[in-house]
Amino acid sequence: MDIYYTKDHEWVKVEGRRGIMGISAYAVKQLGDITYVELPEVGKEITKSGVVCTVESVKAASDIYAPVTGKVTEANSVLESAPEKLNESPEDEGWIAKLEISSPDDVNDLMTPDKYKEFLKSLE
Amino acid sequence: MKLIYEKSVEGRKGVKIPERDVKHYPALPDNLLRKFPAGLPEVSELDTVRHFSKLSKENYSVDSNFYPLGSCTMKYNPKALEEAAALGGFRNLHPFLCYSPSGKHSISGALELLYNLEKALTAVTGMDEVSLQPMAGAHGEFAGMKIAAAFHASRGEERKIVIVPDTSHGTNPASSAMSGFDVITIASDKNGEMDMDEYKKNLNGSVAAVMMTCPNTLGIFNRNIREVCELAHKAGALAYCDGANMNAIMGKMRPGDAGFDIMHLNMHKTFATPHGGGGPGAGPVCVKKNLADFLPGPAIIKGADGGFSIIKRPRSIGRLAPFFGNFGVLVKAYAYILLMGGDGLADASEKAVLNANYIKAALEKFYELPYKRRCMHECVFSASKQMEQGVHALDIAKFLIDRGFHPPTIYFPLIVKEALMIEPTETESLYTIDEFIEAMKDAAQEAAEDPELFKRHPLSSCIGRLDETSAARKLNIKYPEK
Repeated sequence: MDIYYTKDHEWVKVEGRRGIMGISAYAVKQLGDITYVELPEVGKEITKSGVVCTVESVKAASDIYAPVTGKVTEANSVLESAPEKLNESPEDEGWIAKLEISSPDDVNDLMTPDKYKEFLKSLE
Repeated sequence: MKLIYEKSVEGRKGVKIPERDVKHYPALPDNLLRKFPAGLPEVSELDTVRHFSKLSKENYSVDSNFYPLGSCTMKYNPKALEEAAALGGFRNLHPFLCYSPSGKHSISGALELLYNLEKALTAVTGMDEVSLQPMAGAHGEFAGMKIAAAFHASRGEERKIVIVPDTSHGTNPASSAMSGFDVITIASDKNGEMDMDEYKKNLNGSVAAVMMTCPNTLGIFNRNIREVCELAHKAGALAYCDGANMNAIMGKMRPGDAGFDIMHLNMHKTFATPHGGGGPGAGPVCVKKNLADFLPGPAIIKGADGGFSIIKRPRSIGRLAPFFGNFGVLVKAYAYILLMGGDGLADASEKAVLNANYIKAALEKFYELPYKRRCMHECVFSASKQMEQGVHALDIAKFLIDRGFHPPTIYFPLIVKEALMIEPTETESLYTIDEFIEAMKDAAQEAAEDPELFKRHPLSSCIGRLDETSAARKLNIKYPEK
């Protein structure tokens, strides 16, 4: 599975038209302790850069944006009762939603892990 | 401290209610009767008085000390305003009197006060008409956006987008969404102003309004607002000014003159009425003439004989509050305006801006200042230097509690990492501000010397460092039932 990142610190793992999305370790560190995840509904149509759901931390409530256009096929219901999973394992067990991707070309302007690492350096 | 429920003793009473002496009364329907007792604490009058006196002592207010909460203008509320609101002629009015032919006489003075307050607010804002109905700032925004929607609908136009810069109050996108609009957020440029290229790119025939917080939440005055409004008008959109930060510009700049069509004010911020604790507040919405018909609630008009009456606005978006909103708050705001006078209001803004700049200059060496410009009524620092030692804005806030200060706003605005947003207001003396500056310098020093110790504050408050994460994750606000 290939992984891509957005400038807003979401990640998406892609295999054909199937995808999994979440937020990056960097994003989670900036947010601090996550206290609540408002998951997207299954079946929700999402548009690239549009809001998918909201995450609340001790610092702020933040919108999570869609890395690609498509449809939500599954939401990680574990996060409902255990939002700390997002802090503990943001890029694995703390995934937010599984997606059906409309256009695989959507990932073309996203960042590869190396590019994202460079991007994070530029934010320092 | 024990909860009042924990002080409850079965059978203890504060007041003795007389035996019911009404012999015949209709029985209440079964579905309206309680199935079990209400679960109220059983305490004596003295228990109750002591409980709440103790609570009030542990509370913190602008009456007890400095309260530099940014974006919230926690200024002192002169006690004369309370006296004005407590005058029998205002306090004892029944709001229904305005609908009774015989009551009109006794309410005339109250209507005159509201009428005069509206006029005073148009003078301060440069707008044409005002509705005093909204009962909070965000309520005023909601009214404003509903007015924008009604305006476009009246012209048969469907406009679904509201443009909001990322330095606006968080309530701006929320109010837009509540009014049925989609929000486009525009990032700020390196000067802390809305990126004009991005703004122009997003401005088109589907944009209903642009919503600017002025000055913005970085405490920065956007020098392009005139152009922002002009461009909005050219595209057929309206320009909205969030006036929650009006304390920076009274008597200096009028949003109406800059081209804004709609704005709201916060009586509980700018006009010195009590703030916090969830209200009561008042967030009048002010508009230009062409939008006046859409204002919420009835209009107060002055007759040829000098008498006052109310009339329905035929195209009003409807009522947002009973009667005239929070009347007592409006009396206080009017008293404040009379107490200060026009020159006094301008002087208040000057001193509010001076105080913020004084703090900014004094602390610039100790804290990172992300936007190096003259600020308005508040200055925004970042705790990024302290972050290198693992100390966060939250830790600095907790330290300040031990020094007797209410912490400033932290983690807002969102575009500043580890933000510390300080608004001193005009009512603080140089002595108090200097004490606060010393505390902030000590915070920077102690954080650098011993970060681990620093993170244990507050040590002197009635409750120590709270586990905010657990409190949020496992929220429990229900007293256990017996």
